[in-house]
Amino acid sequence: MSAPTDLSLAAARDLLAAGKLSSRELVEAHIEAMEKHRALNAFITETPERALAMAAASDRRLRAGEGGRLEGIPLAVKDLFCTAGVQTTAASRILEGFRPFYESTVTAKLFQEGAALLGKTNLDEFAMGSSNLASAFGPAVSPWRARGDDRARVPGGSSGGSAVAVAARMAPAAIGTDTGGSIRQPAAFTGLVGMKPSYGRCSRWGIVAFASSLDQAGPMARSVADAAILLTAMAGHDGKDSTSADLPVPDFEADLDGGAGGLTIGIPAQYRVDGMPAEIETLWQRGMDWLRQQGARVAEIDLPHTRYALPAYYIVAPAEASSNLARYDGVRYGLRVEADDLTVMYERTRAAGFGSEVKRRVLIGTYVLSAGYYDAYYLKAQKVRTLIADDFRRAFEQVDAILTPTAPSPAFTADAPPGDPVAMYLNDVFTVPASLAGLPACQVPAGLSAEGLPLGLQLIGRPFDEATVLRLARALEEAAAFTARPEGW
Amino acid sequence: MPLDEASVAHIARLARIAITAEERERLARELSAILKWVEQLNEVATDGVEAMTGAAQLMPRPRPDEVTDGGIAEQVLANAPHATEGFFVVPKVVE
Repeated sequence: MSAPTDLSLAAARDLLAAGKLSSRELVEAHIEAMEKHRALNAFITETPERALAMAAASDRRLRAGEGGRLEGIPLAVKDLFCTAGVQTTAASRILEGFRPFYESTVTAKLFQEGAALLGKTNLDEFAMGSSNLASAFGPAVSPWRARGDDRARVPGGSSGGSAVAVAARMAPAAIGTDTGGSIRQPAAFTGLVGMKPSYGRCSRWGIVAFASSLDQAGPMARSVADAAILLTAMAGHDGKDSTSADLPVPDFEADLDGGAGGLTIGIPAQYRVDGMPAEIETLWQRGMDWLRQQGARVAEIDLPHTRYALPAYYIVAPAEASSNLARYDGVRYGLRVEADDLTVMYERTRAAGFGSEVKRRVLIGTYVLSAGYYDAYYLKAQKVRTLIADDFRRAFEQVDAILTPTAPSPAFTADAPPGDPVAMYLNDVFTVPASLAGLPACQVPAGLSAEGLPLGLQLIGRPFDEATVLRLARALEEAAAFTARPEGW
Repeated sequence: MPLDEASVAHIARLARIAITAEERERLARELSAILKWVEQLNEVATDGVEAMTGAAQLMPRPRPDEVTDGGIAEQVLANAPHATEGFFVVPKVVE
């Protein structure tokens, strides 16, 4: 048997069910890895005692021949999910020390299925970022290094801590959230599978809100099968989230090996952006060949409004954020900076509690929602969003899924991130359109750059057709045979 | 449209975030650059296009209007920076 920390979630589950491995052994091995790799700063809060207690309960159930889909499996959870009794910070000073009394619906479902909580992972503050450099608790660091270059690489963001935990074998899998690419881009930077489900597939209840019309929870794992297992456990209707979809959840794992035969894959010409490295173009081409070899038909499609997705997103998401983050006022929870006057107390609390990127986005959002500018910015962006969603709707009349690169570059170094806010926002150029349209999209690790860093491809599907996306992701995964591991960190 | 420092101060006031003079200068520059960049949306013809307000694909099903929660005042107050006798405490608002 391989080391417990090298097991896939599926393999660990099967060994646990067969009594060949105990949850305690599995959890202990991962706790040890977490202690060893603290320098990567993947976790804001570690919960080893809780993990061991949950493992003991799982071992009892497993011995009795009982247990859920994830019985005995340790998981890392992005610190944006509220976890009862465990500090939940959103990587912000304004929530430091906040201990919710309630459990998010998604984590509650995972624990009901038998998963154990290893800890809460690092992220860009309030999930606003693509590098993890914007965490109030210091950046998470990728275990990957370029060949012959020792400089630390970013894991991407915002779910960067979850990505690091899984890539560095501190957790077999993790959950993240994705508003404009926050699962897919870090998964691409660290060689993982990461899936953003359709908007409404997973309940948002108990997830610290960033942009409510975009936020979705999803799995991050080292294989498509593991991601499918997690998604099956996370998804489902929830009366506490009025936008959660009242649809049955298929067993996504059962339907993975159908192959690509008979399916048509769309290639959007508009995703060939200026300045994209040739190796990403080559990898994209290889992805098309792989799917063709497995029986798919590949067709050019037109998504004419693609280039407007990012600017529309950077109006819609900050507008929603400015509204959602109004609740951090120093009264009900979190940080408070005292003052004699109530308004001054609000202003000082929010000045001290929010980091610079969060302030930027709240201010942009406040501006585009303010009297006199609402129509010119916010309403305009919402109309462009309609056109982007219509582009996809038309494309899906001809194709079953769309193949694109996931990110426009491999992971950049932590000491030389993109210089200004807009340059940083361009990281999400390929992930944001599917977010605006609410479509399921999955990142699959597909190769290494010339300097030895992971590159990925993204599959986008029809609303609630995660099954086809995952099936195609599995076909890509098989063809790509990505086995590289981070070394030398 | 570029934002001047007075507009930044006004927005910060609306957002209830105190900013220093130095931040005001930097934010005027950064926010103006972001606004200039998003203004490329003006190239898109949107006459007669409906605004998309959300990504939910299905209408939610009605449910009975029932109380399902409550009686947890202690829990609600437990994370408050300042609470007393079942209330949140804030600076005096009315003289």
